[in-house]
Amino acid sequence: MDEQLVPIYVMGKHYQVPEGLTIMTAMEWVGYKYVRGCGCRGGFCGACSTVYRLPGQHKLMVGLACQTTITPTMHLMQIPFFPNPKKIYDLEKVENPVQALLDIFPEITKCVGCGACAKACPNNLRPIDYVAAALRGDWEKAAELSFDCIMCGLCASRCTGELVPHNIALFVRRYYSKVVRPKPQQLLNRNQEIREGKFDTSLSDFAKLDEAKLRKMYDERDFEKI
Amino acid sequence: MSGYPASIQESIKKLERTRTLRLTQEIPRLSFAEREQLLKACHPDYRVDSIKEVRVGANQGEKLTNNLVDLLEAKSRIDPDRVDLTQIDFDVDVLVIGGGGGGISAALVAHENNAKVLLVTKLRLGDSNTIMAEGGIAAATQANDTLERHFMDTIGGGRFQNKRDLVEVLVHDAPFTVEWLKDLGCMFDTHANGDLVVSFAGGHQRKRVHSCKDLSGMEFLRVVRDELYNKEIPILEFSPAVEILLDEKGQCAGAVLFNLETETYIIVRAKAVILATGGIGRLHPNGFPTTNHYGATADGLVMAYRAGANLLHMDTIQFHPTGAMWPDQMLGQLITEACRGNGAHLVNKNGDRFINELETRDTVSSAILREVLDRGNGVKPPAKGEGVWLDTPLINIRGDVGKLDRMFAGIIHRFHQYGIDVRKEPILVFPTQHYQNGGVEIDPQGRTSVPGLYAAGECSGGVQGRNRLGGNSLLDIFVFGRRSGKNAVDYLQTAKVGTLTLQHVREYHHQLDFVGIANNMQSPLLLPDYIRDEVKQRRYN
Repeated sequence: MDEQLVPIYVMGKHYQVPEGLTIMTAMEWVGYKYVRGCGCRGGFCGACSTVYRLPGQHKLMVGLACQTTITPTMHLMQIPFFPNPKKIYDLEKVENPVQALLDIFPEITKCVGCGACAKACPNNLRPIDYVAAALRGDWEKAAELSFDCIMCGLCASRCTGELVPHNIALFVRRYYSKVVRPKPQQLLNRNQEIREGKFDTSLSDFAKLDEAKLRKMYDERDFEKI
Repeated sequence: MSGYPASIQESIKKLERTRTLRLTQEIPRLSFAEREQLLKACHPDYRVDSIKEVRVGANQGEKLTNNLVDLLEAKSRIDPDRVDLTQIDFDVDVLVIGGGGGGISAALVAHENNAKVLLVTKLRLGDSNTIMAEGGIAAATQANDTLERHFMDTIGGGRFQNKRDLVEVLVHDAPFTVEWLKDLGCMFDTHANGDLVVSFAGGHQRKRVHSCKDLSGMEFLRVVRDELYNKEIPILEFSPAVEILLDEKGQCAGAVLFNLETETYIIVRAKAVILATGGIGRLHPNGFPTTNHYGATADGLVMAYRAGANLLHMDTIQFHPTGAMWPDQMLGQLITEACRGNGAHLVNKNGDRFINELETRDTVSSAILREVLDRGNGVKPPAKGEGVWLDTPLINIRGDVGKLDRMFAGIIHRFHQYGIDVRKEPILVFPTQHYQNGGVEIDPQGRTSVPGLYAAGECSGGVQGRNRLGGNSLLDIFVFGRRSGKNAVDYLQTAKVGTLTLQHVREYHHQLDFVGIANNMQSPLLLPDYIRDEVKQRRYN
């Protein structure tokens, strides 16, 4: 074997693996078959949150196993699940959003601003900032700051106030998108036209065209400019 | 410092030198006939070892994707004679199998229509291809667009093989679906006045893809999942279905599930079952890498097929033109078509374009394969593989300096950790398996040929024909997810489920024996096998 092998420690256990693998492919290389702790394998789903330390360093590092290249001598553990209770709410019934935020997530006031959440986010988000924005009622800011959240739950695992920041963020984004933003008038107009039957005959007639005719029209389409 | 090896830096310089010229260059679209010619010459579907004949079941005698045929000709994971079907663990109206966008929307609508629903899924709720969809959802919502135009683009994209009645409802329901998602609180990209931003995707004659930055599927998924939790609809995770249950009249009557952790089986009786199990990518058709999630192993196709349902267009697979080719850690991962929709060019090693970037995916992928494999114009990094450049800096040049950060923050983030700044440097790409064009044949109600069995989304067939357009999959899952949810509830009114049976599995096994097939495999596969042979050889049991 001409590959350069380097040591890693999976839950304390030593393995030699080829350099350059991700944590996920390294685990599979040594023989793990994932059931939990593996989802999209592309950095979107938050199934493979991993914490690790490098020897001689006190800092607790975080990463997604599918996106993080191994560092020789790293000591790692995946956290495939963390108990983050989901609060039940009805978005249609929210009248006073700031009050709703406090009612649904009363623990939100326990944020002491320690910033542990920001250190734990594998996507470099700062839950501390979007939680503060939400508390100020700055929905747009809170929504924008939290948009890239993959809901992996690492922030909640480290929160000294025991918040579940990503669930708060989701409530905020949904309320902001549904209620705070202006209505998409163009879309609503189109749906009004469809409901009134504007396309009923034209569409069904079109769908009955013979293939030769359709092919000709297809080749003659007039494309909008980029 | 660049994250690319020195040996391909020269090619990046060539790409930079041709940029000004390329901006003025119009590459005409291929005619349908020219496209067919290119596909037959270069598309992986036409490789001789791509498909083979299936010897049992509803599609007997047809040629289907190789790896799928192996699973269709495998035995069940369970011994039907050992399963106690009198021990029913869950008794519901509607069983939804699959935890992506199709399954969740079906469950929401069935619940809204007062059915007792159970949603079961193989991994976590939301582990799906939905969550990985980047570009967005197509709908003819703009004043310069019509449902007919969307219909024509979709049918042509599918090489005129789509079931027309399915496409008709797809484009008809599209603008409603966008409104439904918006009303649930999905954070669409919007203009200041609230109107939604639309972009191009390949094969569409109008800008009609509605996005949520470059994380559209994730945004849709986390919102509909949150709503499913809010409705307190029962969910079973890590419990994939392994067989459909029928009754003595051949009607669908539930499913057998497998608890992945305790390795015990669970019996669900249901009056209707909705399959939303997704695609096939983790079988790696034609040996390509895939953009798909870990659980995309065609389970639904296998179960439905054993229960008697027929498949459509399962000899054709979609390869996305722009899978990451470098770094190795990102091999095959999706680079959204929205990059090309917003002006990024595809460029060979000499700095030249070679295809109109907004052709359909089958066409662009074939053109890349031709450029690399036939014409020797690929960019070749050390170690392995070849690719072509996706000139992402053009997005800012053609738009404004903040456009990439605004719309493609996810891509910037993922490449940044490998020392590549996609605002300044291109991305090296190569086609990657992306989508299962066909699946279990459905009608506009979402019905399969088995009474009481519905299918929605990627596991269904007929909607997308032989090639899907960008933006039409997030659309498909919600249109047919919701339709199947509603129609399954309508079906409940008259449904009478008899005695549960696995007789169809016994008969399927008999058929395999009769034809003399014994491939020593079991299906559905449930999880892909990435264990090295060297490791397996040390497992002495």
